[in-house]
Amino acid sequence: MQDAIPGQTAALIQVAGLEFAWPGTRQPVLHIPSFSLKPAERLFLHGPSGSGKSTFLSLLTGIHLPQAGSISILGQNLAALSGGGRDQFRASHLGYVFQQFNLLPYLSVIDNVMLPCRFSRLRRERANDVRAQALHLLERLDLLTVRNKPSTALSVGQQQRVALARALIGAPEILIADEPTSALDAERRNAFIELLFECAEENETAVLLASHDQHLATAFDRSISLAEINHATVNRHV
Amino acid sequence: MFRIALFSMLNRRLTVVLAILTVALSVLLLVGVERLRTEARNSFSNTVSGTDLIVGSRTGSVQLLLYSVFRVGNATNNIGWDSYLKLAHDPRVAWTIPISLGDSFKGFPVLGTTADYFKYLRYGDEQPLHFTRGGMFRHTHDAVLGANVANKRNYVLGQKIVLTHGSGDGALSDHSDQPFTVVGVLAPTGTPVDDSVHVSLDGLTAIHEGWQSGSASILSTTGIYAADENRAIPPPETITAFYVGLKSRTSLFSYQRKVNQYREETLMAIMPGVALSELWQLMKVAEQALLIVSVFVMVIGLLGMLTALLTGLDERRREMAILRSVGARAWQIFLLVMGETLLLVSIGILLGMSLLYLALLIARPILRETYSLNISLYWPTRSECGLLLATLLAGAVIGAIPAWRAYRMSLNDGLSQKI
Repeated sequence: MQDAIPGQTAALIQVAGLEFAWPGTRQPVLHIPSFSLKPAERLFLHGPSGSGKSTFLSLLTGIHLPQAGSISILGQNLAALSGGGRDQFRASHLGYVFQQFNLLPYLSVIDNVMLPCRFSRLRRERANDVRAQALHLLERLDLLTVRNKPSTALSVGQQQRVALARALIGAPEILIADEPTSALDAERRNAFIELLFECAEENETAVLLASHDQHLATAFDRSISLAEINHATVNRHV
Repeated sequence: MFRIALFSMLNRRLTVVLAILTVALSVLLLVGVERLRTEARNSFSNTVSGTDLIVGSRTGSVQLLLYSVFRVGNATNNIGWDSYLKLAHDPRVAWTIPISLGDSFKGFPVLGTTADYFKYLRYGDEQPLHFTRGGMFRHTHDAVLGANVANKRNYVLGQKIVLTHGSGDGALSDHSDQPFTVVGVLAPTGTPVDDSVHVSLDGLTAIHEGWQSGSASILSTTGIYAADENRAIPPPETITAFYVGLKSRTSLFSYQRKVNQYREETLMAIMPGVALSELWQLMKVAEQALLIVSVFVMVIGLLGMLTALLTGLDERRREMAILRSVGARAWQIFLLVMGETLLLVSIGILLGMSLLYLALLIARPILRETYSLNISLYWPTRSECGLLLATLLAGAVIGAIPAWRAYRMSLNDGLSQKI
């Protein structure tokens, strides 16, 4: 869980020769020879739904392990960690934003934001004063007035912003977002991406955003298509 | 983590409350039946205490117990007064209580005995009889009522009552020529004593003078026997049975042998404790059936909870994915669901026990008055704690099922929000 060993190219995420097939199947759905994410980079990962985007992200977050190849995050080979270790690693270094339904309905907005700090000591320490940072992020995202409301009372756009605050609290190195804007209309979509970048920049957090929506790509440093990097032959027609 | 579990449960409060209620009611039934069972057995086996032997004419020991203690059925044969005197004067004997049964009063058995009955008879935890009103019979036509008899029609001291010859619906005729006077009322005991009318042996002899044929003779109907309260009454010819208290329990078997081998009459002596447990064996089937039914109710209750938990789990997949995304480990998800089930069962058990004590508190006087069943309030016994622990364990086993499913789900689904 240490930083990258000095001398090595300090890529945040380094994937090499990755192959993944679902348990019980032989045909790999993912075969990615190479993929990387650099510090503070804003990377757009394009792929239509069903192209294996979510599967790829679940590998990057250490939920599943590839059958072949390696995934290193911050210089740490995920395969070398135990299941619990990967969970811990994810909690400490990754922020995650879902397409929708990001929030626990029974917690207030601010409790939802502070959630990762319950599971990761590193992020708790980095946030220093957890509540203060949560309030700061909420203020930044124009959510201060709704901080004590139950999360169910919020609009979809507000919910996505709360999810963003939660993903960024305790300054994780990487923010992964899986179709975070698909529930938003075009206008709010752009505003959301803008806010996301601003906040990520403040925290020096790298952004990996996966979406089917090519329109978003322009705002990013780099844009790649999953179809280009994925050499697996099956399911290409989906 | 605990806070999250708590808020998550509050969010699903209806299901949670129903699950708790299911467990609580199952616990109430299970422990309630267990307690009633124990209390019934206790109150039953404490019907007689302090009595070493009961002597009657030879028959089955259960039958002797039934008629001499529970006033159920009739004696096949009586004991001659001479035999009683001989056996009662044995040096090993500390005291005896002769009893004579056969008559009734409004369906309650009439028991003829001596003053020693009130002095030596013990019930429950070696408790003596107490009078709530009045005292022992002193004259031939005095009667002492058991608590239930007195309560039934609010008999007062000094009231005249007329005994019936024989017992049951087929009772023949009333001893209307010689009414008895109520002189005392006994405190409730929760034993057949409550349902008895006690008179002196002399009283029974007196009202049966001239009844040797089995019904009233012309002479007896004239009322001349009743006229003189203080005339000498001859000792009874026979009694039904007698209770024996020995000076030392070590002579129990030798005295029992003496009775069983008594030459002039075929008699038998039984130890009431042994006979009572024999009798209880007969009822054990019903008693155990009841327990089995309540165990099944508990199982059904837990299965109902399992259904609710499993159904709820599918709705909670999103919740699990969110928790995983913010760093919850898979085993924490397992603990979350497991802990929730255990908490539900624990609260259910506590609630069930509270309901039980509340119900006992309310039902106690009713049970005592209607069924002569004395339910005392005490903390859960060891066997009850065993039942509760078994419930908790069963809850843990049942909770492990959805917890394991949630664990698998969170490993497989991971961060994907399958809905």
